[in-house]
Amino acid sequence: MNVNERNTPMNDAETPLLEIRDLAITFDTSNGPVNAVRNAHLTIMPGETVAIVGESGSGKSTTALSAIGLLPSNGRVSGGQILFDGEDITHASEKRIIELRGNSIGMVPQDPMSNLNPVWKIGFQVKETLKANGLAGANSKDRVAEVLAEAGLPDAAARAKQYPHEFSGGMRQRALIAIGLACRPRLLIADEPTSALDVTVQRQILDHLDTMTTELGTAVLLITHDLGLAAERAEKVVVMYKGQVVESGPALEILRNPQHPYTQRLVNSAPSLSSRRLQSEKSKTAETQLTKPAVVAAPVATADDHIVQVSNLTKVFKIRGALGKSTDFKAVDDVSFDVKRGTTMAIVGESGSGKSTVAQMALSLLTPTEGNIKFDGVDVTSLRGKALFDFRRRVQPIFQDPYGSLDPMLNIYRTIEEPLKIHKIGDSKSREKKVRELLDQVSMPAATMHRYPNELSGGQRQRIAIARALALNPDLIICDEAVSALDVLVQAQVLNLLAELQEDLGLTYLFITHDLAVVRQIADNVTVMQKGRVVESGTTDEIFANPSQSYTQDLLNAIPGATLLA
Amino acid sequence: MSENLTPENDLSKSAKPAARQGKVSSRVIEHFVAPLEETPLVAVDKVDMTAAPLSLWADAWKNLRKQPLFIISALLILAVLVVAIFPQWFTHIDPTDQSTCSLNDSGEGARSGHPLGFTLQGCDVYARMIYGTRASLMVGVFTTIGVLLLGGIMGALAGYYGGWLDAILARLGDIFFALPMILGAIIIMQLPAFRDNRSVWTVIVTLVVFGWPQIARITRGAVIENRNADFVTASKALGLSSFKALVKHVIPNSMAPVIVVASISLGTFIVAEATLSFLGLGLPQSVMSWGNDISDAQPQVRNNPAVLLWPALALSITVLSFIMLGDALRDALDPKARKR
Repeated sequence: MNVNERNTPMNDAETPLLEIRDLAITFDTSNGPVNAVRNAHLTIMPGETVAIVGESGSGKSTTALSAIGLLPSNGRVSGGQILFDGEDITHASEKRIIELRGNSIGMVPQDPMSNLNPVWKIGFQVKETLKANGLAGANSKDRVAEVLAEAGLPDAAARAKQYPHEFSGGMRQRALIAIGLACRPRLLIADEPTSALDVTVQRQILDHLDTMTTELGTAVLLITHDLGLAAERAEKVVVMYKGQVVESGPALEILRNPQHPYTQRLVNSAPSLSSRRLQSEKSKTAETQLTKPAVVAAPVATADDHIVQVSNLTKVFKIRGALGKSTDFKAVDDVSFDVKRGTTMAIVGESGSGKSTVAQMALSLLTPTEGNIKFDGVDVTSLRGKALFDFRRRVQPIFQDPYGSLDPMLNIYRTIEEPLKIHKIGDSKSREKKVRELLDQVSMPAATMHRYPNELSGGQRQRIAIARALALNPDLIICDEAVSALDVLVQAQVLNLLAELQEDLGLTYLFITHDLAVVRQIADNVTVMQKGRVVESGTTDEIFANPSQSYTQDLLNAIPGATLLA
Repeated sequence: MSENLTPENDLSKSAKPAARQGKVSSRVIEHFVAPLEETPLVAVDKVDMTAAPLSLWADAWKNLRKQPLFIISALLILAVLVVAIFPQWFTHIDPTDQSTCSLNDSGEGARSGHPLGFTLQGCDVYARMIYGTRASLMVGVFTTIGVLLLGGIMGALAGYYGGWLDAILARLGDIFFALPMILGAIIIMQLPAFRDNRSVWTVIVTLVVFGWPQIARITRGAVIENRNADFVTASKALGLSSFKALVKHVIPNSMAPVIVVASISLGTFIVAEATLSFLGLGLPQSVMSWGNDISDAQPQVRNNPAVLLWPALALSITVLSFIMLGDALRDALDPKARKR
């Protein structure tokens, strides 16, 4: 019967596998009903890969989840139709939806860390899926190993006996892909399957997913925020904005010839697609004879004016092992680099490369095991008392998580005022004036002062964090993944703001990131780190044009969509 | 631009489509563009200035106002408070004045002016219940304050500084945790210093001594959760000292779960006082409290159960309303609900 079902659409290739018509989804919230999705439409042909692109809150996941009947309990389809292989499943019974799940429509969820049950072995979790769909026969063990091996897990039979915590993020995602494809669904919904992974791992996994689905003839509905990635992996791209489909069409055409203003905005600001350093509007019009805008910003900077000099920096952490034994773990190993005043130095690396540890040491929040960091010629670790307090004024951090970096109990005014208060600058009147100025500098309305962080979006919070960092007129700002958690357009906005501020105030940035695409937009110099060591360093142009190390080359190649808009 | 499509088209059709080039479908895919008037563009990341600004507490208040559980419990607590502060508003009989009791009325039932009847000593049950509120509530409120101070400080220090301080404070807390509160209180109340000066305050001290570890544990957990938050690191990087960061940022952010537990345990402290008084170890006989009344009524529970029923009912309703308040607060202060 299964065979028959699978063959039917082959006869008539023009029956869409999934068709969504004028879909509307409403959520009942305490503030009344909210229309999360309106007039959404999309078709997926058998074997086709379709990507939904949009920022957070655009309704892309909601649309996809409605097709598999997994909307949150307060959400419902309030209009339109969902057809799976010609069958209307918009309001299908729970029983029918469960029948479809797994063997007709599979799903790869977003977060590999929380989507595997930590108390069950991987093999058990795969078998569970097979069982639920009646595919676990007598030789289910072999089948589990087979499925895991297909997803690219080496030594699958042994791996099946391990627990999720023994897997790396990439391996977990492979296990989830194995579960999603275990019952040979005809449609696989992949909800941001690689957003939590390093770029090189992301590339491997997507390559593998591609090959597998091509071989099995599975159609894929890929949900992503990254237009470059969507264009690279899908035949068709659907762009969603505020719950509506604004544009859809062939992937490459959307990328090269976007029609809707929103898509145009997206294409223009996708970091993976742009290829030059950000310049503020001002310097673009000025187009001075100097090539580097940053040099204009700091006219005092001479060739050797290094504000930060890091030499032979090493940090060893003691890791407590079993039986009270502790092993040494070298998080940072003999790292040296200099940062010129008024420029941006980017430290790039994947998770575990030690880049954030370097940042913590540069902020003097961690003490180096060996080596030293000189700020303006003075060893940071030797600073005590008043000198350290003064150093704190001149070096400011901006952190990754916009939800964690502002105290939720303080309103915006008190948040930005805090540094002024700590350093006893001005009276309450002059402080208020300064806060207004700072809000203006980060293009936030002055009325934001009375709001609380939870009322602002991620990008807005990050701008407040920038305003707080600027309050003391620092020389150096250390951005630890400062834009990684933001949507593409918001990210571009914040990066632009940083570039403008650098020009106006002559700031120096130490920019820690995993995203090479962002580096190209913001940095003058790059240091590439891997496993605690510096792999390569040089100017951004050099590194992007001629990476001399294969690791850097891999990182560059892994930027999604990099080759599409050459 | 579209002319560029052709060479890549050929490339991807040959053999398996190379992913890095992007995929091109052999099917005809319609290029749909939504009309702009239906999908108006909004400036990127515009600040929503429509709603009034709300702090955590204002937000929680807005949330609470609509909850029946909160409204009922708050009204009950308010009523109990008023009774405790102004008992004379509710009865013209002053039971502290022994002359109001007359053995002639011993065990009498209800009659006009005495709606709940009389105790064995001939005192008015209703008046005693009203005047007993103060002692019971005082024990509950002050024990909670004491427990919050002692447990809160211990827990915050242990959680924030960790290491040996945490180890010592945590073990100390465990020792008190391991002793059953009532058993420990019995022993303490028997100590000469306590036995000879029995008053509301000795009961409060005893209950605080055995009640703080619970609050300390909750505070410690909440502080550990917050001590590594980016906003704490950020304020340290601004030059704030470690201790000030604890006071200014970590503790205010750790208060919500502590307050919830405190409001629930306020009820249990009132019960503990009643238990101790019932056992003859709590408040001295001269102090009117629900626990003492229940204790007095116990011997004649079979021939005059109403005397026991009324103070017990008052006790239950008060405790229940504090526990309901705690539940409502828990929902309103849930940080997950706040992340919009």
